[in-house]
Amino acid sequence: MSTNNLSYNDQGGSDSAVEVGQETTPTSSNAGAGFGLFSTNFKKNDDLKEMLESNKDSLKLDAMKRIIALIAKGKNASELFPAVVKNVASKNIELKKLVYVYLVRYAEEQQDLALLSISTFQRALKDPNQLIRASALRVLSSIRVPIIVPIMMLAIKEAASDMSPYVRKTSAHAIQKLYSLDPDQKEHLIEVIDKLLKDKSTLVAGSVVMAFEEVCPDRIDLIHKNYRKLCNLLVDVEEWGQVVIITMLTRYARTQFTSPWKEDGLFDENSETAFYESDEKKTKNGDEKKSYMMDPDHRLLLRNTKPLLQSRNTAVVVSVAQLYWHLAPKHEVGVITKSLVRLLRSHREVQYVVLQNIATMSIQRKGMFEPYMKSFYVRSTDATHIKSLKLEILTSLANEANISTILREFQTYVKSQDKQFAAGTIQAIGRCATNISEVTDTCLQGLVLLLSNRDETVVAESVVVIKKLLQTQPTQHSDIIKHMAKLFDNIAVPMARASILWLMGEYCERVPQIAPDVLRKMAKSFTSEEDIVKLQTVNLAAKLYLTNSKQTKLLTQYILNLGKYDQNYDIRDRTRFIRQLIVPNEKSGALGKYARRILLAPKPAPVLESTYKDRDRYQLGTLSHTINTKASGYLELSDWPAVAPDQSVRNVEVIEPVRRSIFTSTARSRSSPRPYTKGGHDQFRHFNTAESDEEKSSSQSSEESDKSSSQSEKSSSESDSEQKKTTKKPPQKKTVKPTAKDRYYNELFNTYSCVPVSLSLFSLCILTPCPLSCAALLLQVSGPAFVPEKSHDLLHRMTGKGLSAQYQFPRQPCLYQPTMVSVQISLTNTTDHPLEQIHIGDRDPTGLDMHCFNAIECLLPEASVTVSLGVDFNDSTQAANFQLCTKEDQFSVSIQPAVGELFLPATMTEQDFRKEQGKLLGMNESSATITMAAENTTRQPISRQVATVANLGVVPSGQDNIHRFAGKTASSGALVLVTVELRELSAALITINTEKSVMGPMLLRDLKRALARA
Amino acid sequence: MINSLFLINPSGEIFLEKHWKSVVSRSVCDYFLEAKEKALEPEDVPPVIHTPHHYLISIYRDKLFFLSVIQTEVPPLFVIEFLHRVAEMIQDYFGECSETVVKDHMVMVYELLEEMLDNGFPLATESNVLKEMIRPPTILRSVVNTLTGTSNVGDTLPTGQPSTIPWRRAGVRYTNNEAYFDVVEEIDAILDQSGTTVFAEIQGVVEACVKLSGMPDLTLSFMNPRLLDDVSFHPCVRYKLWESERVLSFIPPDGNFTLMTYHVNAQNLVAIPVYVKQSISFFECGSDGRLDVTVGPKQTMGKTVEGVMVTVHLPKTILSINLTATQGSYTYDNGTKLLVWDIGKLNPQKLPNLRGSLSLQAGAPKPEENPSLNIDLNIQQLAISGLKVNRLDMFGEKYKPFKGVKYITKAGKFQVRT
Repeated sequence: MSTNNLSYNDQGGSDSAVEVGQETTPTSSNAGAGFGLFSTNFKKNDDLKEMLESNKDSLKLDAMKRIIALIAKGKNASELFPAVVKNVASKNIELKKLVYVYLVRYAEEQQDLALLSISTFQRALKDPNQLIRASALRVLSSIRVPIIVPIMMLAIKEAASDMSPYVRKTSAHAIQKLYSLDPDQKEHLIEVIDKLLKDKSTLVAGSVVMAFEEVCPDRIDLIHKNYRKLCNLLVDVEEWGQVVIITMLTRYARTQFTSPWKEDGLFDENSETAFYESDEKKTKNGDEKKSYMMDPDHRLLLRNTKPLLQSRNTAVVVSVAQLYWHLAPKHEVGVITKSLVRLLRSHREVQYVVLQNIATMSIQRKGMFEPYMKSFYVRSTDATHIKSLKLEILTSLANEANISTILREFQTYVKSQDKQFAAGTIQAIGRCATNISEVTDTCLQGLVLLLSNRDETVVAESVVVIKKLLQTQPTQHSDIIKHMAKLFDNIAVPMARASILWLMGEYCERVPQIAPDVLRKMAKSFTSEEDIVKLQTVNLAAKLYLTNSKQTKLLTQYILNLGKYDQNYDIRDRTRFIRQLIVPNEKSGALGKYARRILLAPKPAPVLESTYKDRDRYQLGTLSHTINTKASGYLELSDWPAVAPDQSVRNVEVIEPVRRSIFTSTARSRSSPRPYTKGGHDQFRHFNTAESDEEKSSSQSSEESDKSSSQSEKSSSESDSEQKKTTKKPPQKKTVKPTAKDRYYNELFNTYSCVPVSLSLFSLCILTPCPLSCAALLLQVSGPAFVPEKSHDLLHRMTGKGLSAQYQFPRQPCLYQPTMVSVQISLTNTTDHPLEQIHIGDRDPTGLDMHCFNAIECLLPEASVTVSLGVDFNDSTQAANFQLCTKEDQFSVSIQPAVGELFLPATMTEQDFRKEQGKLLGMNESSATITMAAENTTRQPISRQVATVANLGVVPSGQDNIHRFAGKTASSGALVLVTVELRELSAALITINTEKSVMGPMLLRDLKRALARA
Repeated sequence: MINSLFLINPSGEIFLEKHWKSVVSRSVCDYFLEAKEKALEPEDVPPVIHTPHHYLISIYRDKLFFLSVIQTEVPPLFVIEFLHRVAEMIQDYFGECSETVVKDHMVMVYELLEEMLDNGFPLATESNVLKEMIRPPTILRSVVNTLTGTSNVGDTLPTGQPSTIPWRRAGVRYTNNEAYFDVVEEIDAILDQSGTTVFAEIQGVVEACVKLSGMPDLTLSFMNPRLLDDVSFHPCVRYKLWESERVLSFIPPDGNFTLMTYHVNAQNLVAIPVYVKQSISFFECGSDGRLDVTVGPKQTMGKTVEGVMVTVHLPKTILSINLTATQGSYTYDNGTKLLVWDIGKLNPQKLPNLRGSLSLQAGAPKPEENPSLNIDLNIQQLAISGLKVNRLDMFGEKYKPFKGVKYITKAGKFQVRT
């Protein structure tokens, strides 16, 4: 065998030469062992071994596939370990993967040999390909060999700071594996968990929380700082991660916030039903009325989880439902109902778990599910356990109002062919009857009718239930007892017979004629009865003996004699006891006097209640709740703290140097658009929102620039969600005093005023913006009257492989050349890896003169940067085409200016205006009469509309009905004069005078559209 | 989390096992097999079984049991949902999910399971991601593989995985760009003997088949979105936009997927497309009974009702039946007592009728309850709730896609009590 191996090895590829050399000896010894143990399939494995040792990848692959198939079938393939392990370094990716799969399965059993493969993984951990790094870590950490714990620890630590979020995710999984292998590593692992919890990638979040839950669920302090981040990321995390995070946050919230539940109204049914009708509305009001103020973080969690009720993943929906159940104010819990009912359409197994949860909820809160009562109607095709759960819920939902509907439904169920289900229904009817006193009689009548049912189980169940019901109110029902006595002969089910006998005995005084007769019959058939019936017969006899000894003395004696010689010792025992108790003789002690009180004591009625009554001690949605016992690893949900712990622990300080944040802006402020949120589709809207936030904070900052950044961040996160539809308002930047003078800040301001989204907020607090008045003077133009916030897509992140670019016209004079129009480009990296060397590549050779921005060395993931660009459009609306390049890619993009962006506003007096206008008549004049929109009839709206369309300055005008605007074209400096003259009946004449005869009509068209717009 | 997975066929044979943590002996399945023996129907096996050391969570699907072994606390739905994903993945890869298919592709299924979970926690469950890691088998590919020696296993990380759009792979190219949407509505109803509706509701689902190049950004809007009461979405749908504007905006996964499921507002009365006149009676004396069922169209909105099928679970005491159908044909399995009457298209002029006699086993008592009828039907080109797709817009790509919408109404759990 070994010689054979060697010869193959000699021919073997160089790639596995090292390992092969080491393994020759173990291979042979193992083969020997294999021969002894698996002599039957030795032949087959032998040929697999040969295939594995060939130098053809295809043969090896075939062999591996067969081996994996063996493993999948559960066959033992461990003796092939040495032959397999030497292929671990194979170049063929498919082969390698299969070897990995094999290794993970058998490494534990073949520890020594498994060690030989470790070096391969260590090498792969440094591979440039993230998939290879990740899978190496996966396999390495799955090899459950204690010796390599230090190596694993090292690998995990390294992977936790890997560039690729995928690798980091894998490291989070590896933490759990290492912990289960060696719990002593806990402290070190917690460090890694802490580090990974800070990770901002949605890919990592779920896995690291999973690791947290498994390794150190009690270290709640690690969550504080990441709480808000987790809440905000939640929507974008993959489904499985969502479940884990939500479960963890539920536990967290129960330790950190005070109870939102009113102490008294915990189960106040009335108030619940009332708000149920308009739960949404009251949500807001309710909070204000109470003195209780919900922690904003508590609210944040509730708000951010709510959309997930619409998830397709049932586990997510239920985890949100349980979060609301355990955390939300009582009047808000109603929102989960619909979603839970929706899940009843899903697979049988899903229904089972959801119904269990609903069953627990419906006991406490009937109102929640009552409107959906019909969804719990049973179908004949439902599985048995589904049927009984639905029955359970219907019973819990029953109240005075709907009981007749429910009972009618129950009538159908009683007739079901599934007798077990029918029996369950009868019990349910019994429960309804005890809970709702109005229908007790009706139910009893119905149950009595069932006594003549042909099916034994139905009858038996009815008897048992009637027995329980009669116990609650025995006075009026002697006729029912009589009826049952009549049926006694026909009933064969022991439990039912026993129940009737017990009833007879208990209420023998109400049926004095019948009871002795029943006892007589029983005396005849005593020997052939079941044990429980015999016991009850003895009971009945004893009771009758005490109440009616004249008639029954002999019968009792006879039965006691029969019982004395019964085969069952319980019955013999009972008989002996009863005889001593009731039959007076010299030996009977003091007890005999109390026989009557012992046997005929009034007995409390049994309470019929749901089996789900106390299930709420377990957190809903958990395995423990489903099986109703504490599963291993179940984490208790703590009670609300009486006093909320310090809230400030969740505040996140952002300590980052200002300069860095401006250019790379790694801190993704919450107001900046997420790369892909389910929330915001429209990029444009995001920009608006963000901008208004910034305005707010920038105006604040002028007064209190040292305001703590954490607070401003908080405010922004709130306004982010609240002001979804911020109306556009003119920015207040004009009013900001010019302070800092140097060019550096000028540039910064450009950056800021144009594409503020990319900046994190705190940096703005420090920046004091400065308009470019100095530059403006040189050009003899005024500052822009208005800077439209609208930005245009330059490069969509889909086409840009994650690089997205937006451009905007800041309407500032270009610093590079006066003839150029400045354009601000904001670049955002939406990938997970840094983009390097972003610069402008080839330009259209015939194209326009451009001043490019300096190449950006590196743009970190999720960071954005704003650059400015100068383009000389030559006073035409021709698009500027160029290439935006990264290190790897090139994207052709183009900037298409609107005609109004090609101007610079000019200041002049009314006289100058008229003078210049006089020079530009005829060919140079274009005019049109339009009907103005109703709101555009006063000065301000007109100025705003015109300023939106074109970068023109307002010329002070003496007349109220004439508005004048003036500007210069950027390239040639030609004057552009616009006059808007209002006439009666909201008509207006727009006149444009410019020597640029192409631009005139284009501008006119734009203005017409803007002013006439409704 | 999930420790091991066993696939078990209806006869109790374990034909695939996969462990993500330490190996759990397959003897643990004995607890399950015991429960399975006890249950009358495979559906009746409890989904969660508690054994001394493990918890067994199983699903029954496509005549297979997927049994997972759990050691510690985990939300049961998490596991159940995952097991269903496994079944869907097998279906997606090999066209169907059955014992033979799994046995034929044992290695690939095993590799897929390896990719889907890491240490028992889901790693990649999106079909688009999986298909890039392990390519599904096609005849063409297997030929190419043998010729060129390439493999079915991807060697780079799928672009979807680390991105925020894990459901879509990059670089999709089609010569024909098309997007089809099927609006499928199911009527769940219970009718009582007299034909009055005890309970009825409409559940709908929008199934999509999108084959578009690049990264299209689609917006689908409805004429009457107010009809929709409760919805659930594929993760690609932007929920906020639905909330504010009632449009579905999404970057679709490539290929087939379920875009949304919805529930139609309960206030709207549900149109029941067929009525059933039935009488099933057993005579008190003599072991005999009669069955007479007629199906006719009711509120069909002018469309033809097709594929009508009536299924009856007859009582266990039935010995034999002797029926004649005026339209379609019926089959009866004496073992399971299952009567299936396949009617086909419903003709309003000539109503299909099934009648005849039932004979009971000698001495058996008259059955208590008449069996209920389960109705199956479908109506093409009609969404019974009246839901209509308004338009589909595409952004982000330049080509013009071919768009199509189809409406189908089906019977869901449609039951007539007798």
